[in-house]
Amino acid sequence: MSEPSTDHAGGRSDVMIQFDQVGKKFGDNVVLDDLDFVVRPGEFVTLIGPSGSGKTTILRLLMTLEQVTTGTIYVDGECLSHMRRGERLVPADDKYQRKVRKRIGMVFQQFNLFPNMKVLQNITEAPIRSLGLPRVEAEQRAHELLELVGLSEKVDAHPSQLSGGQQQRVAIARALAMRPDVLLLDEVTSALDPELVAGVLALLKDIAKTTDITFLCVTHEMNFARDVSDRVLMFDRGHILEDATPEKLFSEPDHERTKTFLQAVLGRG
Amino acid sequence: MDWNWDYAWEVLPEVIGRGLWITIQATVYGSILAYVLGLGLALLRRSPFRVVRWIVTGFIEFIRSTPLIVQIFFMFFVLPDIGLKLDPLPTGVIAIGLHYATYTAEVYRAGIEAVPRGQWEAATALSLPRRRTWTAVILPQAIPRVLPALGNYSISLLKETPLLLTIGVLDIVGAAYQSGSRAFRYAEPITIAGVLFLVLSLSASILVRRLERRVGTLY
Repeated sequence: MSEPSTDHAGGRSDVMIQFDQVGKKFGDNVVLDDLDFVVRPGEFVTLIGPSGSGKTTILRLLMTLEQVTTGTIYVDGECLSHMRRGERLVPADDKYQRKVRKRIGMVFQQFNLFPNMKVLQNITEAPIRSLGLPRVEAEQRAHELLELVGLSEKVDAHPSQLSGGQQQRVAIARALAMRPDVLLLDEVTSALDPELVAGVLALLKDIAKTTDITFLCVTHEMNFARDVSDRVLMFDRGHILEDATPEKLFSEPDHERTKTFLQAVLGRG
Repeated sequence: MDWNWDYAWEVLPEVIGRGLWITIQATVYGSILAYVLGLGLALLRRSPFRVVRWIVTGFIEFIRSTPLIVQIFFMFFVLPDIGLKLDPLPTGVIAIGLHYATYTAEVYRAGIEAVPRGQWEAATALSLPRRRTWTAVILPQAIPRVLPALGNYSISLLKETPLLLTIGVLDIVGAAYQSGSRAFRYAEPITIAGVLFLVLSLSASILVRRLERRVGTLY
């Protein structure tokens, strides 16, 4: 196991996310196989590839919704799956994972807003309960974020009163309220009506351009990927087939598999 | 059999006056206990510790597999031997509440499992503390949905309260029996007791059905 390339003495490290020989199996089904990659702070990295190629699993591992079978994940130099106990590395417990993952936010395909809470509480709940922010401050932050996502007037609405696109905007605001260093986007427009997709993507693009959040994004919106990504990783059967800038990957991919995949996806759109 | 209306009107206030309040108390307190304990059992059944899960599951199986009246007798006649002595009504309420808690636990379990997995995942992604996830996210969604089912168990529980007669709790049936034994005429008081239960059950069912409709439009 190699050490993560971080510099704790010098402030922010040059690696935000590192997968070190990460393997993930569900039963006998190998989803990720010996995966190595790094994401630098502030980078926008998009994961593309056929369904079942392990892209979403990568986000879920980072969010600790799944646990790695083998290998190690580092977030800003801190190991996600294991913690130090004395000299030894032992599997991370709940408390340790909660501490590390506070720096990571996630936006889900199905929004997953809390239906029993109004929009405002959806956004303030975690900052108050998890970060320990005073209520006034959390609400102030929520109002600012609602303005950012263009839903200031929905502050007292229940999620069920909102359209899918509006719900996803609230979900984005909710994730941002935690001031994450890393934001994971898991097919965030796949469940939206087609006419609502563009607005959500424009919002995300805006956030990506104006913050230094590190993004890891799984999407089938290739135009969006080309537009905002610093790097695109093409996945196939648990491996990274190609790792390139969007200009390179979308116009002259190295692999035949990438070409056929892009043709299939773009042809459909 | 001849029905005597004068006699019926005479015993009606006795049955209501002496028994109704006790029946209602036994039902309401028994239900509250069953709701609270049932939730506790349902949560303990999801404990991360296997031993706790085993003990709770075993306890639930044991209570469900033995007759309520045995549990009532055990609490009333056996527990005083080890120094636990309560009055008949509290003893009965505890026995019935405990018995029904093993059923409401199952109701809560179903309600908790019906909360979409995405809710848990969102709570994890937001690093909400475990306890807060339960109290602010999962249970507020699970409990309203199961209220009608809980209400139905309260109706069953209501109809079991006359068992407390066996340890000397004078409920509607007990009061009816007492009135009847004075004149050795049972038809009127026992019928009155039955009608009172009918009225109580039906009004409770109407409440439960209203609840069902409100829950259906929730969120």
